Amino acid sequence: MALRSFCRCTLFLRHVRNVGIQTCPTISSRHTRLLSTSPIFRTDMAVPSDEDRPQFPGSKSTFTEKLEFLQPDSYDGIPVYRVMNRNGQVIDPTQDPGLDKDTIVKMYKTMTLLNTMDKILYESQRQGRISFYMTNYGEEGTHIGSAAALDPRDIVFGQYREAGVLLWRGFRIDEAMNQCYGNAGDTGKGRQMPVHYGSKELNFYTISSPLATQMPHASGAAYAIKRAGMDICVICYFGEGAASEGDAHAAFNFAATLDAPVIFFCRNNGYAISTPTKEQYRGDGIAIRGPAYGITTIRVDGNDVFAVYNVVKAARKLAVEENKPVLIEAMTYRVGHHSTSDDSSAYRSVDEVRYWDKEDHPIGRLRRYMLSKDYWDEDKEKEWMQETRKNILQEFAKAEKVKKPSPTEMMTDVYDSLPRSLEKQLEEMKQHVEQYKEHYPTDKYDEIHD
Amino acid sequence: MASITGLTCKTFAPISLFLRSLRKSLPKNLVRNASAFTFHPQDPDKSLGETAKMNLFQSLTNAMDIALATDQTAVIFGEDVAFGGVFRCTVGLADKYGKDRVFNTPLCEQGIVGFGIGMASVGATAIAEIQFADYIYPAYDQIVNEAAKFRYRSGNQFNVGGLTVRSPWGAVGHGALYHSQSPEAAFASCPGLKVVIPRGPTQAKGLLLSCIRDRNPCIYFEPKVLYRAAVEEVPVQDYMIPLSQAEVILEGNDITLVGWGTQVHVLWEVAELAKEKLGVSCELIDLQTILPWDEETVVKSVQKTGRLLIAHEAPLTGGFAAEIASTIQEQCFLHLECPIQRVCGWDTPFPHIFEPFYLPDKWRCLEAIRKAVNY
Ligand SMILES: Cc1ncc(C[n+]2csc(CCOP(=O)(O)OP(=O)(O)O)c2C)c(N)n1
Ligand SMILES: [Mg+2]
Repeated sequence: MALRSFCRCTLFLRHVRNVGIQTCPTISSRHTRLLSTSPIFRTDMAVPSDEDRPQFPGSKSTFTEKLEFLQPDSYDGIPVYRVMNRNGQVIDPTQDPGLDKDTIVKMYKTMTLLNTMDKILYESQRQGRISFYMTNYGEEGTHIGSAAALDPRDIVFGQYREAGVLLWRGFRIDEAMNQCYGNAGDTGKGRQMPVHYGSKELNFYTISSPLATQMPHASGAAYAIKRAGMDICVICYFGEGAASEGDAHAAFNFAATLDAPVIFFCRNNGYAISTPTKEQYRGDGIAIRGPAYGITTIRVDGNDVFAVYNVVKAARKLAVEENKPVLIEAMTYRVGHHSTSDDSSAYRSVDEVRYWDKEDHPIGRLRRYMLSKDYWDEDKEKEWMQETRKNILQEFAKAEKVKKPSPTEMMTDVYDSLPRSLEKQLEEMKQHVEQYKEHYPTDKYDEIHD
Repeated sequence: MASITGLTCKTFAPISLFLRSLRKSLPKNLVRNASAFTFHPQDPDKSLGETAKMNLFQSLTNAMDIALATDQTAVIFGEDVAFGGVFRCTVGLADKYGKDRVFNTPLCEQGIVGFGIGMASVGATAIAEIQFADYIYPAYDQIVNEAAKFRYRSGNQFNVGGLTVRSPWGAVGHGALYHSQSPEAAFASCPGLKVVIPRGPTQAKGLLLSCIRDRNPCIYFEPKVLYRAAVEEVPVQDYMIPLSQAEVILEGNDITLVGWGTQVHVLWEVAELAKEKLGVSCELIDLQTILPWDEETVVKSVQKTGRLLIAHEAPLTGGFAAEIASTIQEQCFLHLECPIQRVCGWDTPFPHIFEPFYLPDKWRCLEAIRKAVNY
């Protein structure tokens, strides 16, 4: 069976490349037939065909008398869809998403805002002002391209390196600062490490550190949304490292078998902390797994914000209109260290990093595009960068002055209401801190209350 | 390090200066306040010969170095272990012993432990690393249903005694929900496993070598806050410390204090405070092995002191202190002068910014001693 199907996958992917982002109608109908219990499918099963096809319920294929193993390299690598080349020139004008100037400038501004916020928060961690930070350097294109193509009502299940998606949706700098400080303004009430953002208002579920756990959640949420008849979808971001977890497999397989309208968006940035992709998997990245699960799949240049936009827009249509899961593998590069706990010079060369930073950066590519269109110039750049830096530093200084939430908040929200046992523990803590107050940093926190 | 971020960041210096100007002095690290502990180094055992100064992660590297050198079947694997591990415990070992013996795995905890079980099942020595104890749960099925029951279910035809799972454990000052947990109690109800937690470099080396060579699957939790903070003169030779034996660190008459890992150091300071402030003489016991635990040493001590305090970072309810307390009330009922005291984390997830209020710190422990002796 497999060789043929694999060839067909490759054909499908080639077709996708040829027609750009439109999906192949033959393939979609094939998928629908495979996944549904349509009468056609049942007839296929029941009536032995003249061609003497295998009737095994577990697969649809043909017989062969050739003993031939399917080799991992018996098909081409999945192509990387792009709109612009590295110089920011659109290669095939039919693929230009045709966004207006304001939208493009907003994309650029959000990408650079994220970049400046990262620089400031990274540095502030180095100075011991916040406890931890993770930058998004080099992956701004994947965030903004995808976020811009979604409906703001679409539900986001993130991993942790997707702050740009939040910024695009209107997450304010002060909200980010408050979370990183875990101060009384943090909607997460100071409980989680920095960068574990969440916003009910922006349909962005709160980040959880354990990897890939959000992936099956995304499938489940999408399934429920489908049942509720809502015209929205779910997007689930994850790293190529997280894709090795068992939960990733469960998520793909559930979404495929239950036709859940979810977009799986893999940020393949080359590393999982120190582990390079060649030690993470042996196949052709994450995208190749899609067809194996029966999921419509595409690979995209994550440093090309327009390409990401096109792909997510098309994927969203498939999810919302046809109730299909879609797998997108965005190829990019983690320019920064994994986190403030990491020094990546221990496992990769500065030259390698420099290449991506200088030669193939999503911000640089979009800037070149904008310069060529006269949407942007040096003066605008200077002015915008100054303004952004000033704003962020102001918000930062403000957030630093805000007290931490009341230690009472340590005990709330464990359950919907405080159980008796915690009521007792809260009382005990209160009494203890009162009695030993000189040993607790109570002045830095709002007061303990019942 | 700055060079890399510096690549994308031409404006680094001014930002840095501005941040510094925000406040004259940096805010004192909030979390260090009440949760502070003082590491009490152990005197080197002269009978073990030559020593070298090592911190906890170095003594663990040293133990694994010896394990690889003395056992050709031994391998070390896990996420990011090849370049030395995120806590630097395996630095240099891949270079010394080769990539087939010290290697990265794909990012999958159930895979790591399952793979280790398979290796151990054919007689190899498998030393698996789970990057944080908080991330051991995807492997829970493999540990609890497979590793722990491999011998029993086969009538002792098969076993995976060669498996050791190492994992960083416990509070660190800023780890929050998912970089701070102490899940030892979750494994304490899994007959077939051994669960071990060291308190310092010398003991860590001997206990890890025992776990690696023990003929039962072992879970070895490493107090991550001690990796750098704990420094001792560690014997360089190959030595082992027996499992399932608690150590009486301080002898005393009025109350027995039981802890493991980092908490031993908190209790050590508490014992000093209790003497100074309350005139109470404490007997301090490091349990070391959680499963199967050394009942006898604790019973003997409580029969003498008549009082018991157990402290751990994990939540109170269902914590291992509950198990100890129930055994001791059964064995020492008539010796007890007061209810057994448990000072533990509250029954909440581990909170980031509230860590100083969450931990069973020295003041909470001291207060419990005061209550116990005044009962
Ligand atoms: C279950 C689990 N195991 C291990 C970790 C520790 N960890 C945090 S991030 C990370 C690497 C993730 O890499 P990837 O998914 O590629 O995302 P990236 O950091 O590259 O964005 C690891 C191993 C974790 N958070 N959760
Ligand atoms: Mg990655």
